[in-house]
Amino acid sequence: MEDIIVTHDLTRSFGKFVAVSKLNLNIRCGEIYGFLGPNGAGKSTAIRMLCGILQPTSGTAQVLGYDLLNETEKIKRKIGYMSQKFSLYDDLSVEENLEFYAGVYEVPLKESKSRVAEMIEMANLTGREKEVVANLSGGWKQRLALGCAIISRPSLVFLDEPTSGVSPTSRRMFFNIIQGLANNGVTVMVTTHFMDEAERCNRIAFISGGRLMATDTPDNLKKNIIRGYLVELAVPDALEQVGRIEALPYVSECNIHGPLLHVLLEHESNAADLRTVTGVEPKMITPSLEDVFVTLAKS
Amino acid sequence: MRRIMAVLYKEFLQIRRDRMTLGLIFMLPLVQLLLFGFAIQTEVKHISTVVFDQSLSADSRDLLESFSASGYFDVTMAVNSYDEVTRMIDSGKAKVGIVFPPDFSENVRRGTSAAVQVFVDASDSMVSNQAIAVANFIGMIKSQEILTSKLRVGAAPYDIRVRPWYNPDGVTAYYMVPAICGILVTLSMVMLTSMGIVRERERGTLEQLMVTPIKPYELMLGKTLPYIVLGYIQITVALLVGVLVFHVPIKGSILELYILTLFFITASLGLGILVSNIAKTQMQAMQLAYFIFLPSILLSGFMFPRDGMPKLIYYIGNLIPLTYYLDIIRGIVLKGIGFSYLIGQVISLLVFSVVFLTISTLKFKKKIA
Ligand SMILES: Nc1ncnc2c1ncn2[C@@H]1O[C@H](COP(=O)(O)OP(=O)(O)OP(=O)(O)O)[C@@H](O)[C@H]1O
Ligand SMILES: [Mg+2]
Repeated sequence: MEDIIVTHDLTRSFGKFVAVSKLNLNIRCGEIYGFLGPNGAGKSTAIRMLCGILQPTSGTAQVLGYDLLNETEKIKRKIGYMSQKFSLYDDLSVEENLEFYAGVYEVPLKESKSRVAEMIEMANLTGREKEVVANLSGGWKQRLALGCAIISRPSLVFLDEPTSGVSPTSRRMFFNIIQGLANNGVTVMVTTHFMDEAERCNRIAFISGGRLMATDTPDNLKKNIIRGYLVELAVPDALEQVGRIEALPYVSECNIHGPLLHVLLEHESNAADLRTVTGVEPKMITPSLEDVFVTLAKS
Repeated sequence: MRRIMAVLYKEFLQIRRDRMTLGLIFMLPLVQLLLFGFAIQTEVKHISTVVFDQSLSADSRDLLESFSASGYFDVTMAVNSYDEVTRMIDSGKAKVGIVFPPDFSENVRRGTSAAVQVFVDASDSMVSNQAIAVANFIGMIKSQEILTSKLRVGAAPYDIRVRPWYNPDGVTAYYMVPAICGILVTLSMVMLTSMGIVRERERGTLEQLMVTPIKPYELMLGKTLPYIVLGYIQITVALLVGVLVFHVPIKGSILELYILTLFFITASLGLGILVSNIAKTQMQAMQLAYFIFLPSILLSGFMFPRDGMPKLIYYIGNLIPLTYYLDIIRGIVLKGIGFSYLIGQVISLLVFSVVFLTISTLKFKKKIA
């Protein structure tokens, strides 16, 4: 598969602060590429650079075969972008928002009507076409914003935290739409804080502090990032125990997961000792993406 | 073209739904003109006047009659002593006092000059200036009448009359209404365009637009053209109020006025876009608009005649579009002059428009931060 985005040491600083540091990514044509990382990691900054609205401090990239620094406007014709806050016109209706973007992307007038209808169908907005955006709930706004972003039928779409602040059903509906796009050959780069969404990506990049920590398929990340023996520990007072357990010589990590503790041991044989120390039977588990996330964010 | 049309249409939809914009366009001229216009008119005309007539003669009554007939003096109070005149003026019950000496009539008849004392409360300079001017004027005309009748010739040897040209009655509304039109248009245009762009920036829709293939000039055109229409609507409302309520006669060609107004509207729009380049929030945009608005009022010749200004202030006034538009609108409405007299002003406004719009378009980058 051919790469649709290739970045070379892409860097952006704000004053002295380096928000994105020497980012090197390859995103393949047609994949759903997840962008994960804690708040302030630099995800939005990276996406804005790739969309051509934020000048990189150094480094460069090829997007859709175009040079990011010199062919920005050519890139803009072929991409869709949904910013972190749904940027819609609140005082316009669903239809009017879509028509506006159809115009801005120069969808031919003859085709405009059918394209708007297509977006309404695709984004499950049927029945609310005339509704003013201000009256829509989060899930609807989010799907409309997606419709506006892809009304030009771009081959590459950037979605910056599209599912924050919407209900689980809306999130699921939204991700189904994304998957539909990908099935039609659209490459999707999406940032998210939800592990279930991350699981549905073909590949994931994990960034923290502006740096790329790891990039691979979800399965490979789970296999390769966590080195050791991961156990679940149902101690009654998890919060107080964390420090004590983490201090044990053979424990490389100890994190709270709900009422439970996930403890990463250096070796399987350490499990027995952990049981004598805590008095609770450790249960071997396969690492989840969340474990990977927490491990990476700590390192 | 398709992109410009898309922005244009979107702006029209938004304007139609925005009460504040519509209020600014329709209500501002109505309210401002009515308040301002009536305030000026009632103040200067109908000045309450007290009279102390010691002569009680036909001559004194005749002169008094002229004072009342001018419409500027309401002679409603008569008193019997100097003290009472002073008291009336001090207490504010009267703004002007007229005193005829006992020998007024004899002096008129004998041909020696007959003195009439006119006291004016000068605490309100606008009123007092007007009162003094009109009193002098009446005195002059009456003297001429008496002189000519004495000499028993058909007409006075010299008939010198000071006539305030273009505005013979000194009606301030005539002078102010066209100027207020200009003020309203700058204020609304600067405010609406700058807020329009800053609002998109605040809501994040500008960031969304930057990712589209739209070109900066297309966005500028699409966002400003609708406001030209609004500017015309506003000036029409203002002129209608002027004509229907204040009976301002429009001496020149309306068509010419409308054509030349275009240059003023575009200059104001350009200024608005320039403001939006600097302002980060709608609040800042509003403050900047006022920052521009104030010198416009003070230095353009709207309030104070520019001829009397210190050189430096005068030159600063040259940098304000309103200065030129006041020449245009007062020239066409009050003097009835045409384009040929106003070429300089039109060129200046054109230069303002081109400079403002070019700078803003060049400064507008499809980048954030
Ligand atoms: N225009 C700017 N000026 C200064 N600092 C900025 C600017 N934009 C972003 N930053 C900083 O860069 C860092 C990365 O921000 P960014 O928005 O890319 O994070 P993020 O990964 O998208 O976080 P989140 O998950 O909260 O959206 C943050 O610390 C932010 O404060
Ligand atoms: Mg972000």
